[in-house]
Amino acid sequence: MHEKPILQVRNLRKQFGTGCKDCSELMNRNLEKNFCKSCGTVYACQDISFDLYPGEILGIVGESGSGKSTMMQCLYFDADVTSGEAYISDSILAGQNVFGLSSQQKRSIRNHVYGMVYQNPVHGLKMNFSSVGNIAEKLIAAGNRNVANMEATSKKLLNNVHIPLHRMKEEPRNFSGGMQQRVQIAKALSNNPPILFLDEVTTGLDLSVQANVLDLIKKIQRDLGISMIVVSHDLGVIRMLADRTIVLLNGKVIEEGLTDQVLEDPQHEYTQQLVYSLL
Amino acid sequence: MTMLEIKDFGKRFTIHHLEKTMPAIEHINFSLEAGEFIGIVGKSGSGKSTILKSIYRSYLPDTGNILYNSARFGQVDLATISERKMLYLRQYEIGYVSQFLNVMPRTTCRQLVINALLEMGESEEVALKESGEALTHFEMDPKLWDSYPNTFSGGEKLRLNIAMATVKNPRLLLLDEPTASLDQQSKVKVREMIEKLKNKGTTLVGIFHDIEFMEGLCDKVYDIQSRQQTVVKETITYES
Repeated sequence: MHEKPILQVRNLRKQFGTGCKDCSELMNRNLEKNFCKSCGTVYACQDISFDLYPGEILGIVGESGSGKSTMMQCLYFDADVTSGEAYISDSILAGQNVFGLSSQQKRSIRNHVYGMVYQNPVHGLKMNFSSVGNIAEKLIAAGNRNVANMEATSKKLLNNVHIPLHRMKEEPRNFSGGMQQRVQIAKALSNNPPILFLDEVTTGLDLSVQANVLDLIKKIQRDLGISMIVVSHDLGVIRMLADRTIVLLNGKVIEEGLTDQVLEDPQHEYTQQLVYSLL
Repeated sequence: MTMLEIKDFGKRFTIHHLEKTMPAIEHINFSLEAGEFIGIVGKSGSGKSTILKSIYRSYLPDTGNILYNSARFGQVDLATISERKMLYLRQYEIGYVSQFLNVMPRTTCRQLVINALLEMGESEEVALKESGEALTHFEMDPKLWDSYPNTFSGGEKLRLNIAMATVKNPRLLLLDEPTASLDQQSKVKVREMIEKLKNKGTTLVGIFHDIEFMEGLCDKVYDIQSRQQTVVKETITYES
């Protein structure tokens, strides 16, 4: 089995601040967690590398401030990386570091290759557009022009995420948090992205809605074979969804493995503490 | 054909907050031919589950080799195989069954079995049909098919787990104390299920604290205390 990763990330670094002589060397940084006390630079992501394979769900866990969301923002080009490389296995993009592309090319990747579901639906949806309009926006960005087709696709997607079609013309701001999240998922899926990023998508949802969203994500993986990166601080969510898991601490990968192995036989001290804290 | 061969296997646990490394098990050797059933026996805490979980890679093996003869990859060492290959083997070749259910919330018994089939790429119709057959085969009461397994008894959870694992037709099935905390009647059912699996040609590794119950069913017994592997059928001929 010589499968190729669909996304390869190498040495992703993101720092906020310029750095100083105490913190510029990666190997012997004098940091308090991820913070340099001399110059105030925050090292949010320090040399994160991983592979994402076709059809798999990769879990990213870590406490608040471990760099999970910053990493996702960098991958989705919401934030620029300080340094690092990412390669997408795609006939056009093969061999090119996507972080180094022009903003136009990055937008094209977002429109055709990536889908993103943010923790807060405000970031992923236009709250004063209708739900169906939100999906159409993404479809238009991906090059669709046929209104009838777009409406049919939107209906199918909203139906898949259990949004009643008689409410599809409503603005998402009228919806509950769980419904907004599901509209956001429908929107993210509308361009059939081979890669989907999910950032704390179930955080703040009640258990019943959480179960719906988890079921939906698993179904998307099964039916569409989309590769996903799921960021969560909730180990239960990661256990249900992820095949493999990466543990982040202070912006570094401290452990990675099969999800059940990370949870049942954690190797790193921090992961052990994390697992012992599990309810 | 040798399906599984464990060579000088050992596993330690490093517990950081105690600053200690505890050896769980050392110098384990046994082997298993295709279609055989080996029972691993030993006291509580002797490391039976550690062996099984290491074969399934829920635990990260430390020393030794776990050689498995894969239909897809040929002979591989499960102690060092890549994570992606291990996931493939779990999906298509190696099953793991315990009394503990760890499944998607709010999913019915039948849907869980269907999902196991869909994951393997079966169509919806085939999955629906085969899930019903599997649940019937393992004597799951049809009244329970459309309920959520949270309230199932230990025996019912076990049978659901076996159904989920066996619809995938695994070549190697790992049974983690399948009879623990079951009453005599349920144990008999488990025994019958294992017999059915064996007749289908599945290679089985089971751990038990009471091996008497499996008498006549195990081809081999591995005793952790004595580190001895005995071939059961031959022992019987010696005695008679």
